[in-house]
Amino acid sequence: MSEKTLIQGINEGLRTALKERSDVVVLGEDVGKNGGVFRATEGLWEEFGDERVIDTPLAEAGIVGAAIGMAINGMRPVAEIQFMGFIYPAFEQIVTHAARLRTRTQGQHPASLVVRAPYGGGIRAPELHSDSTEALFVHTPGLKVVAPSTPSDAKGLLLSAIRDPDPVIYLEPMKIYRAFRQEVPEGWFEVPIGKARKVREGEDVTLIAWGTMVPVAERAAREASERGVSCEVLDLRSLCPLDEEAIVTSVKKTGRAVIIHEAPKNAGLGAELAARIHELAFLWMESPVKRVTGFDVPVPMFALEDDFRPSQKRIDRAIHKVMTF
Amino acid sequence: MDRVDRCYLKPGGQLTEEGRSRWEAVPEELKLDFYRWMVQVRSFDRRSVILQRQGRIGTYAPLEGQEAAQVGSALALSKEDWIFPSYREHGVAMIAGMPLMRILLYWMGRVEGNVPPEGVRVLPPYVPIATQLPQAMGAAWASKLKRERSVSVAYFGDGATSEGDFHEALNFAGVFQLPVIFFCQNNHYAISVPFSRQSAVPTVAERACAYNIRGIRVDGNDVLAVHSAMEEAVTRARKGDGATLIEAVTYRKGSHTTADDATRYRDPSEVEDWVREKDPISRMEALLKAEGLLSEEDVKKWEEQCKALVDRAVKEAEAAPAPSADHLFAHVFEELPPELNRQRAELSGEGGECV
Repeated sequence: MSEKTLIQGINEGLRTALKERSDVVVLGEDVGKNGGVFRATEGLWEEFGDERVIDTPLAEAGIVGAAIGMAINGMRPVAEIQFMGFIYPAFEQIVTHAARLRTRTQGQHPASLVVRAPYGGGIRAPELHSDSTEALFVHTPGLKVVAPSTPSDAKGLLLSAIRDPDPVIYLEPMKIYRAFRQEVPEGWFEVPIGKARKVREGEDVTLIAWGTMVPVAERAAREASERGVSCEVLDLRSLCPLDEEAIVTSVKKTGRAVIIHEAPKNAGLGAELAARIHELAFLWMESPVKRVTGFDVPVPMFALEDDFRPSQKRIDRAIHKVMTF
Repeated sequence: MDRVDRCYLKPGGQLTEEGRSRWEAVPEELKLDFYRWMVQVRSFDRRSVILQRQGRIGTYAPLEGQEAAQVGSALALSKEDWIFPSYREHGVAMIAGMPLMRILLYWMGRVEGNVPPEGVRVLPPYVPIATQLPQAMGAAWASKLKRERSVSVAYFGDGATSEGDFHEALNFAGVFQLPVIFFCQNNHYAISVPFSRQSAVPTVAERACAYNIRGIRVDGNDVLAVHSAMEEAVTRARKGDGATLIEAVTYRKGSHTTADDATRYRDPSEVEDWVREKDPISRMEALLKAEGLLSEEDVKKWEEQCKALVDRAVKEAEAAPAPSADHLFAHVFEELPPELNRQRAELSGEGGECV
């Protein structure tokens, strides 16, 4: 075990997969010699060569389309899209083909591939680099969607995604790529897809978050405890499928839920979570579910991104509201 | 006929000079196969249009007029090669080993029609235009990385050449020198829009040079020329010499689909010219008869056999037991997540409502 950042966890996951599975290739823009614009693939091209870690032309549909073709022909491609805001040219390949090939071919070609994309804001990135459109993919039957928030989960979820026979969209919280270090197990180790992580035990309110919002939720929970409110924090990790059991168990205990996500509110994943809680735990609830999300406006340029992203203050207010309903 | 790089068999059934030497080199069985497959494909196609009119299958995409392009190209492939078809490639699919009955199931709206028998490398029809090109390129890339000799073929029409996926796939194929063949049946229309509205460049094939891959434009109604162009492309791909863009100039005699009416946008004299003068089957039939390889009696006999084959496929398809509604969930994921299990139970009426 050694202490690693989240992006090193990703790097370590890719290295392990390339080492242990000869069918794995990493492809995308700048993933080779440059080691990725965030250095997620640093050192891999040197170690595994040009046929395993492949710099492609600048073409997202081409990258994902090629990855699907490779998967059909027996490989396990891990495609990188440089930023989630640039994934849309590949949207058709993902939604029309990757997500449906298993159904359309009745299991003959399951499109076993991973598409990695850094998402979210908070790093003062240029315009249109800070999208969080996970709901588009969660809404698409046939895809799995995951978003780690710790170095160890980053590696374990990535290796699960690579071994998973279904197509997985792996969303990377770029804001916390290097926010902290953590022990990351060596070798091939997996964090199961579909299982949430209980970050903090609490009694009064369940805070549900993933990716970039997990540290924000943790901070809110710490401060709430100083005001005498005990918050449980759930890191979903897996956005599809959801760990319903963990969510329902927690909200049945606390009777209150605040969902925090960076994506806009309207038809965001928070809406689905609120509906599930309503369907599965209505009689246990002490207050309506609150959502603290990005606003329903285009993601702003960075001068206003802190106003757009869920803030500590808005979360505090939501906790106060569910506690005083 | 627009200018083409290769024509071996002229519309009247005479061989060109080059065509004669090619013809001599082709085994007799293959000569007859060209003809037999084209007749079988047409027989299937005509019957399918009737089945749609009778309400026995859904909307159908007819291919009549394009038999030479499909048969000539498909007969140059081997079992190990990957085929990424559009929705008009029934001829290609049946030659690759897709049972007629399953092709009919597809047009009956049944997903089983997407699934070839074990060992047949035909993907389901790609309905959104040109999306199969990047995937064929990717499959070819995998073959190259794995040092396997299989090639991949993407089949598409002239309309697909306007899509971004066309450019991306050809560009990757050129950059990485991939064993992929881009086979364009230029039938002159994307539904109603003529090729002149797809492209300011007069041919598809010449675009190959922009990607540093090989391009060739053949008379797509000349099965012999199509086959030789495809054979060359396959050989090049297997040798590691990279991709080829083949433009087979052809014509769809009928409408885009049975839901379309081509008389709204095509000049009858143009259609007449292609139907009467340039038919792919009649020119091959004339040649085989002139060469003494086919008699009128053989023609009748083969047509009857094809009819019987198609009859049987129709019977089988119509007799196939209806899929159960539960089938909706069968292959969404390898393992169903809890929410989907609940929805499955909801469908079957075994509870599944919210707790």
